[in-house]
Amino acid sequence: MRTVDLLIIGGGSAGMAAAIQAKKEGIDDILIVERDEHLGGILNQCIHNGFGLTEFKEELTGPEYLSRFVKQVEELKIPYMLNSMVISLTKDKIVTISNKEEGVLEYKARAIIMATGCYERSAGAIQIPGDRCSGIITAGTAQKYLNIHGYLCGKRIVILGSGDIGLIMARRLTLEGAKVICVSELMPYSNGLNRNIAQCLNDYNIPLYLSRSVSKVIGKNRLEKVILTAVDDKMQFIPGTDMEIECDTLILSVGLIPYISLLDYIDCPTSSTKGAKVNEHMETMIDGIFSCGNCLHVHDVVDFVTDEGRLAGHGAAMYLKDQLQKGDAINVLPKDGIGYVVPQQIDRNNQEDVTFKFRVRRPVKDMNLIIESNGQLIAKIFKPVLIPSEMVMVKLSKDKLPLLGEEVSLRLEER
Amino acid sequence: MKEFTCIICPRGCRLTVDDNMNVTGNTCPRGKQYAISELTNPVRTITSSVRVNNRDDLLVSVKTSGSIPKGKIFEVMDEINKLSVSAPTRIGDIVKKDILGLGVDILITKNID
Ligand SMILES: Cc1cc2nc3c(=O)[nH]c(=O)nc-3n(C[C@H](O)[C@H](O)[C@H](O)COP(=O)(O)OP(=O)(O)OC[C@H]3O[C@@H](n4cnc5c(N)ncnc54)[C@H](O)[C@@H]3O)c2cc1C
Ligand code: SF4
Repeated sequence: MRTVDLLIIGGGSAGMAAAIQAKKEGIDDILIVERDEHLGGILNQCIHNGFGLTEFKEELTGPEYLSRFVKQVEELKIPYMLNSMVISLTKDKIVTISNKEEGVLEYKARAIIMATGCYERSAGAIQIPGDRCSGIITAGTAQKYLNIHGYLCGKRIVILGSGDIGLIMARRLTLEGAKVICVSELMPYSNGLNRNIAQCLNDYNIPLYLSRSVSKVIGKNRLEKVILTAVDDKMQFIPGTDMEIECDTLILSVGLIPYISLLDYIDCPTSSTKGAKVNEHMETMIDGIFSCGNCLHVHDVVDFVTDEGRLAGHGAAMYLKDQLQKGDAINVLPKDGIGYVVPQQIDRNNQEDVTFKFRVRRPVKDMNLIIESNGQLIAKIFKPVLIPSEMVMVKLSKDKLPLLGEEVSLRLEER
Repeated sequence: MKEFTCIICPRGCRLTVDDNMNVTGNTCPRGKQYAISELTNPVRTITSSVRVNNRDDLLVSVKTSGSIPKGKIFEVMDEINKLSVSAPTRIGDIVKKDILGLGVDILITKNID
């Protein structure tokens, strides 16, 4: 069995950033394992603009953004293995990899970083009633067909879900000559950025229907029609509000889920993010196994993925250098109005500032974010606008950490 | 009075422009510039992809080197769709200079070996 100090599963933005950081901190024996034929992950198909504003103070396309990290990986001579899929791992950090050249091979690692990204919720997952016809695909799949291979998925298209990927695809498909009839969103608000509603829908006069979803799909072989029906505040269809729309394709942009099936092998506890439960160094509850990027929690901006990758790379480097002395855990709890917080634990012995990343449950205005512990106020931060589609970050300085009891909570309070 | 969303950065500020071209709602100066351009000469950049001749089933991504008038988007798309390149490609390579005489080039945004 081969050995390696740090094995990184997934060579997307998170995995590359983690590798680069660990290398810079003196870890030389690293291996990135990537199942695709190139590094970069999902950004390879995100050919639109808008990446890198925080990281490089420039607006880049996805491929341009990722190429800067591939370049660093090459320059730092960090080894990577392409077309290779991690198929299982153990708590003792034995990783099984499968690829064409070598078949099945095993590595014993001293530390592991999981950076496997996320997958899209599919038609089956949201159980759309009606016929089982072709012509129903996810936005990411449509994006890959069009941007990498050059196939248009249909001519008359309805998009379900107003997340950013759906909005970006509405514009992209329109530019390539398809008719995007409308975008329909179940919630009373859009999950995408305002800027994408402006530049992807309004620019092309594509209507966005809120509180409306697909109640039925109709089609013998290929999709012929969808029925869009309004929903009430309990998400129940309202009779008599049907809109019948002729279309050949229904694109689903109904959510991303961290891809964590490998965690099942190691009984790794998860959190409300649907990713692994982690501490401030992005270490999971399994010793020496770290997680970052979309497999930890779904990000909307890649710059923050890169940042989180570095954090995990730093954590793994400290672990490998025996600099992580573990003490008691302080639990971090999301309370009123907060959907989730990363990390879910802070180590009592931690010596660094901690950044909380969280999402709110629903859009709110004029709120104070209250961070408290044992009934004692630790921080109070005014937030004029908070929306679920935007991840929020707040930093807790290390000098506040001694004030924390066994748990610390985040909640929203009206100002 | 006109209202719209600034598209310059992900913050997406709600901008209001009054009849004297006074802009409010912007968090930074770029928002003001955007609002004025949106009312006088709205422009956009385009990203798309073009065929790679010597590779099966593969496209390479491209972008306009600068912004083009909003009204020209579909004409530029028609031109982009006529283009093709041969691998290897390098980020920043020019596929077409001065497209439709608009003063912007079509540039490669992906390295393909
Ligand atoms: C469709 C889509 C569009 C997006 N659009 C934008 C945008 O416009 N702007 C923006 O800022 N952000 C956008 N994002 C968000 C941002 O790009 C991503 O959050 C970021 O790129 C994710 O990086 P990652 O490394 O966590 O995951 P990924 O890029 O998905 O990388 C994960 C990698 O792990 C590999 N992998 C998975 N499992 C295994 C395994 N078992 N063995 C080996 N390798 C494995 C995968 O092949 C993949 O390369 C988008 C995300 C998606 C999904
Ligand atoms: S005004 Fe400035 S901060 Fe606001 S969206 Fe425009 S560029 Fe961004």
